Amino acid sequence: MEPSGLNGHGSISSLLPDRAIWIGADATDWRDAIRRAGDALIASGAVTHAYTDEMIATVESLGPYIVIAPGIALAHSRPSPAVLRTGLSLVLLGHPIEFGHRTNDPVRLVIGLAAPDDAGHVDALASLAEFLMDDVRRESLLGARDAATVRSLVREFENAAAAAEAPA
Amino acid sequence: MKILAVCGMGLGSGLILRMQAEKALKELGIQADLEVADIGTARALASTADLILTSEELAQQLVGVKPRIVTIKNFIDLREMVTKLGDAIDRS
Repeated sequence: MEPSGLNGHGSISSLLPDRAIWIGADATDWRDAIRRAGDALIASGAVTHAYTDEMIATVESLGPYIVIAPGIALAHSRPSPAVLRTGLSLVLLGHPIEFGHRTNDPVRLVIGLAAPDDAGHVDALASLAEFLMDDVRRESLLGARDAATVRSLVREFENAAAAAEAPA
Repeated sequence: MKILAVCGMGLGSGLILRMQAEKALKELGIQADLEVADIGTARALASTADLILTSEELAQQLVGVKPRIVTIKNFIDLREMVTKLGDAIDRS
């Protein structure tokens, strides 16, 4: 995957404003947990309310496959009129929630993804996956107490990635 | 060899699968074409692929397709991808 756009267009930070980060969110069940990720996407202006229902419908029809790793759900649906622009949201649940996944429950982190097309989010999603693959960064993120901590973890990761890409 | 990474919508977890598979193939020293498909078109595209990569949940909806299906539990665990992809390619 091309690592283009680090810190700029297509980076995690460019698609994840503070309003889209919610730490300690309360949710009663998996639908509610997805709603929190939808609320955060709405707050940042990426989607309208209808998109939250579309994300929930995705799991209702296809199952909890969005729980892509232990404790981590990637809530999303397909491009639709409810998507206003590319965006990410990040919700750390106050209490872990069962999504019905055989091996990756319970979920602590819900990442919301909104994509108006099939290209604009690719770099940021790839970066996010790289970020989450790093055990230390992932555990720090899961233990974050506020949005500022999330922001600085993301910045630190993006700066390290940019330095790694820079010509020697 | 052609590998189809299948997810629900074709733009979320499937992209992560493709990205991980690219890394795994590089590590295994294997050349392959990687394509992402959503579950709606995967069945039709399956006949063009040698291997399908997907989650356990979505694999249940692909029962009966020709290519071997490799299911991934943890999409951010490169070891799981390398091991399962390597095994499947050895056996095909």
